[in-house]
Amino acid sequence: MSTAVQPDIEFPKNWHRRHLLDLESLSPEEISTILDVAQQLKELTQGCRQKISLLAGKTCANLFFENSTRTRNSFSLAAKRLGADTVEFSSVGSSVAKGETFVDTAKTIEAMGVEWVVTRHGTPGTPHLLSRELNCCVLNAGDGPHGHPTQGLLDMLTIRQHRGDIKGLTVALVGDIAHSRTARSNIWGLSKLGAHVIICGPPTLVSPRWTELGFEVAHHLDDILPRCDVLNLLRIQFERQRARPFPSVHEYAALYAMNGARMQKAKDDILIMAPGPINRGVEITPEVADGPHSVILEQVTNGIAVRMAALWLLSGANERAKANAESSPAD
Amino acid sequence: MNESAKRDLLIENARLVDPSQDLDLSARLLVIDGCVSKINPTDQEVPAACARLDAMGRIVAPGLVDLGAELREPGSEEDETIASGSHAALAGGFTSVLCCSSTRPCIDSPGAVEFVRQKATKARGARVHVIGCLSKGREGEQMAELGLLSVAGAVAFSDAPKSMPNDALLKRALEYCRMFNLPIFDRPEVPELAEGGMMHDGQVSLVLGLKGLPTEAEDLAVARDVRLAEATAGRLHVGPVSTMGAVDMIRRVKSRGIDVTASVCPHNLCLSDIQLRSFDSKYKVHPPLRSDKHVETLRNALADGTIDAIQSGHMPRSREKKMDDLDLSPFGEASLETTLATTITYMVAKQLIDWKTAIERLSTAPARIAGVPGGTLKPGVPADIVIIDPEATWTVDGTRFRSNCISSPLDGHTLQGKATHTIVGGEIRYRLQPELEHLA
Repeated sequence: MSTAVQPDIEFPKNWHRRHLLDLESLSPEEISTILDVAQQLKELTQGCRQKISLLAGKTCANLFFENSTRTRNSFSLAAKRLGADTVEFSSVGSSVAKGETFVDTAKTIEAMGVEWVVTRHGTPGTPHLLSRELNCCVLNAGDGPHGHPTQGLLDMLTIRQHRGDIKGLTVALVGDIAHSRTARSNIWGLSKLGAHVIICGPPTLVSPRWTELGFEVAHHLDDILPRCDVLNLLRIQFERQRARPFPSVHEYAALYAMNGARMQKAKDDILIMAPGPINRGVEITPEVADGPHSVILEQVTNGIAVRMAALWLLSGANERAKANAESSPAD
Repeated sequence: MNESAKRDLLIENARLVDPSQDLDLSARLLVIDGCVSKINPTDQEVPAACARLDAMGRIVAPGLVDLGAELREPGSEEDETIASGSHAALAGGFTSVLCCSSTRPCIDSPGAVEFVRQKATKARGARVHVIGCLSKGREGEQMAELGLLSVAGAVAFSDAPKSMPNDALLKRALEYCRMFNLPIFDRPEVPELAEGGMMHDGQVSLVLGLKGLPTEAEDLAVARDVRLAEATAGRLHVGPVSTMGAVDMIRRVKSRGIDVTASVCPHNLCLSDIQLRSFDSKYKVHPPLRSDKHVETLRNALADGTIDAIQSGHMPRSREKKMDDLDLSPFGEASLETTLATTITYMVAKQLIDWKTAIERLSTAPARIAGVPGGTLKPGVPADIVIIDPEATWTVDGTRFRSNCISSPLDGHTLQGKATHTIVGGEIRYRLQPELEHLA
C-alpha cells in the first residue's frame, strides 16, 4: 500500500521552461538540473514505487498518435506517483480518425483543463507546433526520428548512477541512427555533458554528415568496442524504414549484435543499454541482455523518475510564469 | 468600364526600363487604343482627351510574365480560383500568367483550355495563358492531344508541378511538338529519389530527422532533359531549378550552343534549409529551400544569364491544408505577390543585377520562352505595363494577399519594391492603395 507523503524538495531557481520539446535546445545546466531532480524524486518515492503529493489536483493528458505501451504507461505512472490524474487520448478511432486536425484535438484537450499534454507523433516538429498553439505544458514523447528528450535523459541518468559523471566517458550509439529519436536525443544530451559520442552502424543508416557536426562515425562495432564505456543498442526500426538499408536481419546481427563473443573484447565495466523493446538475437543476445553489464531494466525505472521530474519542473515554470504575468503592472 | 472606350494613356515622369530595346531612361510613354504608341511623344502627338498618369520617377516596364502559376480551378477552388489568382498576379506586377495544367480535371482537352480562357477573360485580372498537359490525364504514359490543345489555345505543354519521369515519352513529345513550335516545360525531379522527401537533404534534415529531397533527384532529371533537348532539337524549358548540379549542367550545355532555357523561383534566391528548424509548414515549398551554397550559386547563375528567367512558383494551398503536420501538409506557397519584391530586395538592391536585367528575367525572357506577347514596350504591342516603386518597403503579411492562400515562406519579412500600377492592354487593372497597404 502506498501512502501520500509531503515531499521535501526545493524548486530549482534556474528552471524556466514550460515545455520539453528536445534536448538540442537545452543548456548543460538545464540538463543537469533535470537529472538532479529526477534522482531526488526517485529517492523520495522509494525508487518510483511510493506516491507523493507534489502534483495533486493536476491532470496529465497523453496524446499519442503512434502505438506505444511502455512510454505511455511510464508517463502515466510518473504523473500518478506525484499525485496527478491522467487521461488517455489515442488517435485510433478518435476524433482525429474522423478528420479533426491534431491541433484542434490538442486544443479540445486543453479546454478540458489539463496541465500537461504529453504527445507522441510520427512527424518531427509536431510538439513544437503544439507548444505554439497551446497554453498548457507540452512534453515531447517522441516526434518521428527527431527527438525523445525523456529517453535521452533517462539514459543519461542511468549512466550517471553507475559512473558518477558523464564527462569524459566514451558512449557508442549503435544501429539505426537515421530513424532513431533516441539516438538524436542521446547525441545532443551526452555531448552537452561532455561525453565522447561515437555513432556506429551501416553507412546507409549512419550518414557521413555526422562528422561535419563534429561526431565520430564508425561502421565496424568491433573496431570501437575496446574504447567504449557505454553501448546503447538501438532497435532496428522496421516500421520506419521505407527501403531496406541492409540486406537482411541475419546480416545485421552478424555485424552489430552485442553477443558473448563481443563482450570478451569489451571493457570490464562496460554498461550495456537499450531503449527497448529489444529484439533478442538482433541487436542483443539473451546472455548479454540478462547479464551483469546490462542496465536495461534500470533504464525503465529511471524513465519514471525522469518523467516525474519533467512534469514537476514544467508545471512549476508554468505557475511561475502565470504569477509573474499577474503581478506585473498592466501596460 | 465601357468596353468600347478608347484606352489612351500618357505615362509621364517615368524611368522607362525595356530590355528588349536596351532602354533605361527618363521618358514619357504614350499608349493609344490599348497599344504602345511612342516613347517621348511630342505634345502634338498626345490626344487631347488622353488620360494622364504621373509615374513620379518610378520604374515603368513591360508587365511581368510568369511561366507557371497554379490557379487551381477547376477542382481545388479552396486553394485558389482563376479570379483570385489572376488578381493576385496583378498585385504582384504580372500582366501575364501561364496557368498550370494541374487542375481537376486536368487541362488535357480543348474544352478544359476553353474553360480557363473564358474564366480568365471574365475575371479581368492578369492575362492567363493556358499550359496544356503533356500526357493524357497527367499520368505520364501517353501523349495528350497536343495538336488539338494548341488549336484550342494552349501555349505550352507540361505536367508540372508533376515531373515527367518517362524518358521515352518526353523524347517523343519533344519531337512531335516541333511541328507546332510550342515549348515543353519540365519540372525536373526523379520520383523514386524524391519519394517521401519534405525538405532539402542535408545537414539540417539529418539533425531534424526529416526525410530529405536529395540534389540527385533534380540533377539526374536535368541531365536527362538537356540530353533530350539536344537529341531532338526540341524547345525544352527546364525549371524551376534549385541545385548547383543543375546550374552546372545548364551552363555547359548552353556553352555548346544547345537551346535550353531555365528558370528559378524567388524563394530559392533568399532562403535556406535552416528555416525548417521551426518545423513551420510555410517553409515546405517546392523546389525545397536548399543550403547556402546552392542559394549563392543560383544568384550568380541568374546574374550571368545561365538561368534565363524567374518564375513565381505559385502553388497556393488553403490554410486548412497547410495547418496540418509537416508530413501531411502539402508543398506550396502564395508567391505571385512577392516575386517582384524578392527579386528587387535580394538581387537588384544587392547590386547583383541591374534593373534592365531584372526586367529581362521577370518579363522579356519569360515572354520569349513561352512564346506569348509581352516583355516589351516596342511601338505597336499591347500596352501591358507595370509601374514599380523601387524604394517602397513593406512587410509581407499573407493574410493581406489577394490570393486565397496565405502561406508564404517570406511571411514577416520586410521587402523592398512594389508594383503601384499594373496595366493590361492600356487598362489600369490594379492600383496600389497606400492607405490600405500600410507602406512603410
